[in-house]
Amino acid sequence: MRRFAYVARGVAWRSVHNTLVNPAILLPSLIFPLFFLAAFAGGLSKVAEVPNFHYGPGYTAFQFAFVFLQSAAFGGVFTGFAIARDFDSGFARRLLLTAPRRSGIIAGYALGALARWLLTATLITLAALLAGMNVLGNGGELVGIVGIGVLMNLVAALWACGVAMFLRTEQAGALIQMPVFVVLFLAPVYVPLNLLSGWIHAVAQINPATAALEAARGLLAGSPVKVALAFGLLAAGSALFALWARRGLASAERAG
Amino acid sequence: MSSSASRRPVLAAAGPLGALPAPSLLEQVGAIARRSVVRTFRQRALLVFPLVFPLILFAINGSALSAARKIPGFPDVSYRDFALAVPFLQGALFVAVTAGTDLARDIQSGFFDRLALTPLRGSALLAGQLGGAVVVACVQSLCYLLVGIASGVGIASGFGGALVLLALSILIAFGFAGLGSLLALRFGTGEAVQGFFPLLFVTVFLSSSSLPRNLIKTEWFKEVATYNPVSYLIEGIRSLIITGWDGQALALGFGFALALSVITLSFAGAAMKNRLVRT
Repeated sequence: MRRFAYVARGVAWRSVHNTLVNPAILLPSLIFPLFFLAAFAGGLSKVAEVPNFHYGPGYTAFQFAFVFLQSAAFGGVFTGFAIARDFDSGFARRLLLTAPRRSGIIAGYALGALARWLLTATLITLAALLAGMNVLGNGGELVGIVGIGVLMNLVAALWACGVAMFLRTEQAGALIQMPVFVVLFLAPVYVPLNLLSGWIHAVAQINPATAALEAARGLLAGSPVKVALAFGLLAAGSALFALWARRGLASAERAG
Repeated sequence: MSSSASRRPVLAAAGPLGALPAPSLLEQVGAIARRSVVRTFRQRALLVFPLVFPLILFAINGSALSAARKIPGFPDVSYRDFALAVPFLQGALFVAVTAGTDLARDIQSGFFDRLALTPLRGSALLAGQLGGAVVVACVQSLCYLLVGIASGVGIASGFGGALVLLALSILIAFGFAGLGSLLALRFGTGEAVQGFFPLLFVTVFLSSSSLPRNLIKTEWFKEVATYNPVSYLIEGIRSLIITGWDGQALALGFGFALALSVITLSFAGAAMKNRLVRT
């Protein structure tokens, strides 16, 4: 266990350090969610006037919940890019040779992803509050939103870690990113689920990201919905993708 | 005879050895453009992602935002009709990155330096390099239009309008390709060109891409969208799809697209001269 923690701490520290000292890595992960928040909450605020759109805290809060979870997922995705880059540069192979407990590598990258996202989450929360976002949830409910974000970040980081370790090249970037992007945007991003129609409604209903998004919006509004379902799905996703990442690591070990 | 003439290297120098005449400007552009087109089509990943990504966004947003047509004052068309203009702009941004990255790769690999030793003119090199980008823009624009029509979007301006739409979208892509080339010539690395992509993408978000400008409620956003030329490029294309023949929207769309092309190519031409001097 000590060796596991030792490896995890070292990899996490390096991941955070690399992010903080390299603006080309840090800035996109900070700026993109801010632009999404500005574009969606600012540019589409009139959408709240669609008949039957009812969300107490207003459209900025409605979009904040999405951007908050999106930034969590992309925090994981960006870590996948970093892992792929480590394989391209040869660092990951040296790491595999020297790490006394290799599963600690996955945990380290996941911790690094979490630390990166916490920085982004703080920034977009401050930006949303400055933009006049209403928060109706209490302290416990806000902790619940953060919990959903942490699990979303973990699921995405483990997915990205698995892909990056299976493919071991930066060209895996699109494959890491696209499924996450599509799953997130197939949730009710702009209007509540009941206002969607056609194929997107059918897909959004069975999309696991919908439960997470609706739970986060409910907690923010002080009227929780689907919270247990969201935590359950995200916990199941974490377990599933932990196995996926472990298999990716085994594949990288076999490749040498 | 003719076969030996056709095998003649297009860029051969007519120096003291003097066996071959110097190629014309058109031949020079043709040779570079042919290489640019072939290289672009060999990199399928560079073709597929820019083609598919805007279509995925169109499919998702066209349905996810369909409730927006219930906003009082929204044009009397489906949201999919309204949204079809956006993939053309997003595709043009990808063309900018492709054109810039290809040129930057030539600079980084030293191919550009070797070309500078030939009698090739800088203008031919720039125009030829943009050849691949223009071909990609043609394929993309046609694809977006056909997918739009297949998904039930009607072109209010008819067949003639569809042709004008293609012309406008290709001109827009040409302007953005010039911007990509300018960035490549100025900075000389593919990473720098790709680093500008998020910034370019943001210009589409901060425009009238999702709602008409008069329906943007947030004042600062409306202001930004009004001053953002991308709004007028989108509205030019959109007018042909949902309105019909709107002279003002088309004049603004073509005007901004032409201005973008002239400005970026002028600066790219100057940057090309600098880089040729440096080499």
